[in-house]
Amino acid sequence: VSEASREAVEKSAARRLTGRAPGEPRRVAYLYILPGLLAYLGFTLFPVLQTVRLSFYDWDGITAKAWNGLANYRELIHSVEIRAAFGHSVELILFYAVFSIAIGLLLTALMTHFRVRGLTFFRTVLFLPQTIATVVVAQAFTWIYDPSGPLDSFLRAIGLGSFAKVWLGDFTWALPAVGLIGTWISFGLVLILLLAGAQRIPPELYEAARVDGAGFFREFFAVTLPGIRNELLVALTLTTITALRNFDIVYNTTSGGPAGRTEVPSWVMFHNAFEVHRVGLAAAIATVLTVVISLVALVISRFYTNARV
Amino acid sequence: MTSRLDRYTTYVVLAGFSVMAIYPLLSILFLAFHRKTDNVTGFSLPTTLSLRTFVDAWNEGGFANGMWGSFLVAASVTVVSAVLSLLTGYAFGTMRFRGSSLFFNLIVLGIIFPYEATVIPLYYDFQSLNLSGTYWTLILPQIGQSIALGTFWMRAVFLTTPRGLVEAARIDGAGSFRILRSVLFPQVRPALLTLCVLVFMYTWNEFLLALVMLQGSNNTTAPLGLSYFAGVTRSGDPTKVAAAATIVALPVVVVYLVLKRHFIRGVLAGALKG
Repeated sequence: VSEASREAVEKSAARRLTGRAPGEPRRVAYLYILPGLLAYLGFTLFPVLQTVRLSFYDWDGITAKAWNGLANYRELIHSVEIRAAFGHSVELILFYAVFSIAIGLLLTALMTHFRVRGLTFFRTVLFLPQTIATVVVAQAFTWIYDPSGPLDSFLRAIGLGSFAKVWLGDFTWALPAVGLIGTWISFGLVLILLLAGAQRIPPELYEAARVDGAGFFREFFAVTLPGIRNELLVALTLTTITALRNFDIVYNTTSGGPAGRTEVPSWVMFHNAFEVHRVGLAAAIATVLTVVISLVALVISRFYTNARV
Repeated sequence: MTSRLDRYTTYVVLAGFSVMAIYPLLSILFLAFHRKTDNVTGFSLPTTLSLRTFVDAWNEGGFANGMWGSFLVAASVTVVSAVLSLLTGYAFGTMRFRGSSLFFNLIVLGIIFPYEATVIPLYYDFQSLNLSGTYWTLILPQIGQSIALGTFWMRAVFLTTPRGLVEAARIDGAGSFRILRSVLFPQVRPALLTLCVLVFMYTWNEFLLALVMLQGSNNTTAPLGLSYFAGVTRSGDPTKVAAAATIVALPVVVVYLVLKRHFIRGVLAGALKG
């Protein structure tokens, strides 16, 4: 859920508020929001601020905290390991966001041009990956990538046995293998989002395009793509954020290995906070990660159009 | 006009991607219906419908514990955050008060905070409250986080309820709680169920918090138990890990198949609202 979709709700709310009769109960509103607000402040917002504060300390989690200014951030910038982890995240965005959006766009183009039946069934199947616990997904793919699992068996069966390898333990292939798990998780959601947008495009636009003699590609670029712009941006936001906060998949497939090739920021944060007890550095990583995620959401939201076709 | 061939191609492509979506899940489901001695390689249809592997995995992995823990946490978080979001959504969606947009924006900001942003201090906060390793350490933070989504969602729902109904009830002398309970609640109930389904799913599937908060504790959750069980069992017997994974995924998949419109609508509308 993004900044921009929120702003859109905001605007329609503002419109309603102005048309509202004065003299309604208001004071009691505070009573209604109080319990929820307190739970949110205490267990979400306050800890976020505590994380930021901890990032300026040197702390092992047990002895007294020692203020050390920006030292954790300096280390974060200079550490080859941490920089590599953020680099891996960028690579994962390719798989989580770019690949799944490419698949989603292809299928949307086909499905808007050649009206197909059975959409409900396909939606049910394509959405399924979203409902499965990431730990379970990690187990399924650990099996698929296993040397005796389906992928290598398939390669051997079609005579490409020389390509078979320990995918998740391979220096070159471990990160793409993890990334493809992300593509698998995301593409169904992306497609369903884009189709929901495409369904709101008035059929007359397609008829007009066809009268004008537009083919498959012209129709896609002139009618479908502009019509699903906002849905596309939402999909981009969701999948990019999922890529950035990828912890479960990495922890349960590769644990960052081989030799750090699949380490990602949240894994490095976890490792520093709870395994080697460098809490301040971990908090700095968490802070940077949160800032990056917020910026992604904010920047993408700048491109939303409020006018709906 | 579209030719029959093109439409046929579309079905094939769509079916191909659907198979890709379901294949990894079927591959572990089928693997679970084997014994270690079958030495399964690749994709193999079940040779038996015996549940032995599931029973063994359940016992060896202590999944009675994990499933109960996950149920307890997911049910508590769902019920409490649904009630609290109903109240905040009602206030933000139907009442005008000073600071309402400030408070609303502050709460909804929480939607983008990952647990990575809160888990470190939460761990030490709960330690100083002597709650380390208890289910409170999972329930409370997830209530806080779910309220961000829930408030956003329920306010949008209350904004779509007809003003006339509320005004008529108020003229009849109904108080604000009475209006919520008797006039608006029946209208927002389906949307509230959608929210519950989503929160239940997110909570059941959550992993990072459980990994951190329950370290060194006898309490566990289903995903955490699975992660641990897979770590010690995978190289020995992949069929048992597959059975355990199936067990952990099953409750949410069942809820999904029963209430799939709620899932899809919830995720879509949560992302697109407006």
